Amino acid sequence: MRTGCYKLFCEDEHQFEWWNHNAIKNLKVEFKRFEDVVVLSLMHPWERDARLLKKALKKGPPQYNVIVEIACTRSSDQLLGARIAYHSLFDRSIEEDIVSNIKGSERKLLVALVRAYRYEGPNVKKDTTRSEAKTLFNAIKNVDTRKVMEDDDVVNILSTRSKPHLKEVYTQYMKLSDKTITEELEVELLLKETIECLCTPQTYFTRVFDTALRDDANEGAKKALTRLIVTQEGGEMKEVAAKFEKQIEERVKGAYKDVLVGVLRKEEK
Amino acid sequence: MATIDAPSQVSFQQDAEILRKACKGWGTDEKAIISVLGHRNAAQRKQIRLAYEELYQEDLVKRLESELSGDFERAVYRWILDPADRDAVLANVAIKKLSPDLHVIVEISCTRSPEELLAVRRAYQARYKHSLEEDVAAHTKGDTRTLLVALVTAFRYDGEEINTRLANSEAKILHDAVEDKKFNHEEVIRILTTRSKMQLMATFNRYSDDHGASITKHLQGDSGDEFLLVLRTAVRCLNDSKKYFEKVLHNSIRRMGTDEDALTRVIVTRAEKDLKDIKELYHKRNSVALEQAVAKDTSGDYKALLLTLLGKED
Repeated sequence: MRTGCYKLFCEDEHQFEWWNHNAIKNLKVEFKRFEDVVVLSLMHPWERDARLLKKALKKGPPQYNVIVEIACTRSSDQLLGARIAYHSLFDRSIEEDIVSNIKGSERKLLVALVRAYRYEGPNVKKDTTRSEAKTLFNAIKNVDTRKVMEDDDVVNILSTRSKPHLKEVYTQYMKLSDKTITEELEVELLLKETIECLCTPQTYFTRVFDTALRDDANEGAKKALTRLIVTQEGGEMKEVAAKFEKQIEERVKGAYKDVLVGVLRKEEK
Repeated sequence: MATIDAPSQVSFQQDAEILRKACKGWGTDEKAIISVLGHRNAAQRKQIRLAYEELYQEDLVKRLESELSGDFERAVYRWILDPADRDAVLANVAIKKLSPDLHVIVEISCTRSPEELLAVRRAYQARYKHSLEEDVAAHTKGDTRTLLVALVTAFRYDGEEINTRLANSEAKILHDAVEDKKFNHEEVIRILTTRSKMQLMATFNRYSDDHGASITKHLQGDSGDEFLLVLRTAVRCLNDSKKYFEKVLHNSIRRMGTDEDALTRVIVTRAEKDLKDIKELYHKRNSVALEQAVAKDTSGDYKALLLTLLGKED
């Protein structure tokens, strides 16, 4: 068998077949991805999210979007469940850990997002959405005085209001400005992602998929693919994934691809 | 320890029948209502409501609301609700006042267990179609708002472990903030709203040890400063909730008039928890039994219900 696998093994002058380190390293990575999908799929969603949060905190700023993703795309009860699981697994509250690990301007926003228990009904007060759109507008105008994500009113709106309410705020904003809120926030990426996850999740998912499937994608971006497919329940991610299915088939390889596509397809039934 | 005396064997149907009889016809038999409901715990009261609904196709709570009035009605209404639902109602009433009763919000968020507080948030959404934090945020501003929203959304770790080094460093941060009247509110809010209760108590103890006076003493000050008042209430509730409740009771039974809202609230919400300990504390601090003070200051069916909840024998 070994003699057939040129890529993995090479013969030396003693006719001893060493294995090719690089090729094996790649294999390991591929298997790790496969393992990740399997392990993540089997875990209870609450434990899964708690562990993802912990890992994201450890990895630092490039992974803070995972915290935003979990806090903003899960249902209220799922987020609550993750907080409960976090207590059990790590003997601390997620708020405490965010506060200990993050000292920068994102701290206020992230702590607030993680504590939310949003109302999930459809009732929305239009007057309030109008005034809150104005608040956001003013905060963005004053970005020279202070970062928008450090503005108490902005954090308050984004962390206490229901998603339908925030979607309406997003719409109202467009009456005040010729740009959307997210277009105005290119400089504060985390805040932009927050609003995307809350108001236009499809935009967020599309970007993550796109980045993950590019040629120059880094490990973090590729891991995001696994994470999204395995952890997102519900139609919005699936709709976006459907558009990328062909690319996934082309770029992803081996057992990892099979299990990934399997998870994607399974929930469709 | 609890004060109410609920028998372990109860026939919910029988109770429902007694209550029905008490409400039918002219007038209401308040004594019967008190003698049943005043001796049932939360789980039993829930079953009675269900039995009543099944037997008479009517909501017992609505029936009682229409039959009763005044302080008695308000007390019965609060007593009969599920604890989480009750807290949701209390919170909403407090927020919606012209001048919100912020201390009630602090009380609920700081004296309930983490799980209980979550249950309150769920109950609040079910009832009012808003999250509790939205409503709190909409009726407050500035640092007060930041503190209250954080208190209400906290899900503290429930464990017993204490990190003494951390207690030490955070006691220092709190002291620095308190000393410097310009207060770094953010740090104080962060500590108070993220640490577990055990950790906070260790921090407060450390504070007293290091500075010879409790942090609550140092927080006394300008009563016009809303943030300071809310902060102080939070510290008092987190540090020693029984002492806090005793004080609320003491203040509610004043010489000139009674604060029935506060009196009802404490008795109804603590009767199944630690009202017995609070009673003992009251007796120690006021040289008179709480039952006596309540009996002197209230009257009629309202008084009868309160005394029953306090554990007085019929």
